[in-house]
Amino acid sequence: MKKVLLINICKEKLAYFEFVKPIEDILKKNKIKYVVKDYKEVSGKDLDGKSNVIICGTTIFDNEFLEEVSRFNWLLDFPGKVLGICGGMHVIGLIFGGKLDKKTEVGYYDEKFEEEFLGLTDNCEVYHLHNNYIDFNTLKEFMVFVDNKVSQAVRHKKREIYGVLFHPEVRQKELIRVFCSL
Amino acid sequence: MAQRKKLGILFSGGKDSTLAAFLAKKLGYEIGCLITIVSQNPESYMFHTPSIERVKEQANVMGIPLVVVKTKGEKEEELDDLEKAIKKAIEDYGIEGIVSGAVESVYQASRIQRICNKLGIECFNPLWQKDQLELLEDLIREKFEVIVTGVFAEGLDEKWLGRNVDKGFIDDISKLKEKFGISISGEGGEFESLVLNCPLFDRGLKIVGFKDYGEGNSLRREVELG
Repeated sequence: MKKVLLINICKEKLAYFEFVKPIEDILKKNKIKYVVKDYKEVSGKDLDGKSNVIICGTTIFDNEFLEEVSRFNWLLDFPGKVLGICGGMHVIGLIFGGKLDKKTEVGYYDEKFEEEFLGLTDNCEVYHLHNNYIDFNTLKEFMVFVDNKVSQAVRHKKREIYGVLFHPEVRQKELIRVFCSL
Repeated sequence: MAQRKKLGILFSGGKDSTLAAFLAKKLGYEIGCLITIVSQNPESYMFHTPSIERVKEQANVMGIPLVVVKTKGEKEEELDDLEKAIKKAIEDYGIEGIVSGAVESVYQASRIQRICNKLGIECFNPLWQKDQLELLEDLIREKFEVIVTGVFAEGLDEKWLGRNVDKGFIDDISKLKEKFGISISGEGGEFESLVLNCPLFDRGLKIVGFKDYGEGNSLRREVELG
């Protein structure tokens, strides 16, 4: 049976409850099996047989993972599907050669999806909590689905690697279920 | 071993902020102070109001310093007062982050986040998106003694004031959820609560008197503690 790997990038223990547990709750509600691993402890064994991996986000100042982004080099040849949420999206962008820039967005925003993206279409309300972003327009391997000056939702052109700058565990929870059903 | 981060708890004396404080302590964080905003506006969008003055007794039995700032409770002005309170907590107690009991309210959580971001400190919301039933069951499992101090929704009347949050409470409020669609944890402002005892307190607090205000389905209880 499919088992999703949730990768926790929070250094702060309290942040787990805000950024990982809500995703666990969505998976439980949808009867999707999962396992949670700290990003420092992810090994080849953890990735073997996992068809879907979610790299969760963390708080605005909890950025230790950015100093150790090479721990995510497995993304370059992982054959499964990956969804990076906020900090997890930064990780994907950095691994594929992107550069971190500053942009603060906190709270609800409306984003327009011209094309369907993991079940989202047209205008959607999303929840943002970030000080950074990566301009995925500079990465030729990626398609940018929503680019309200800041890349909000992206997908690798040849592989099933997705990134969202917003937090679907707060608004648009269905996106997580749709990703896990791929 | 990493140094424990010193945090300020945005504290109303109700179940959510006290449970958030409990979690922070349980995970090894140091609680530098409690921060309470006393709003003179009972309709405040941001802050809990019934029995808010009781935070002094709660802070006392927790042995934790309390920073209190009063606000007129006008919509955006109260955010300036919250920022002043957090700045005072940083200056006086050296806190490096805030913990809030926000569960669902993006209005509340995003405003606290923006202030913390501006001041360069962390903001933790350990109850964020938490299942309402799980939240109430956590309180019971961790031996929190919680009473209702305000009701503000159809189906909730004077009989609910002073009621303990226990298994019977969960059963009864779940029936009201079926009938009126209210949040069982009061997340939509349906009720407010006061913690009389929990593992953070040296001793339990006793109610020695109370006075009720309001009518119908909009009532609040001001309690006197001993």
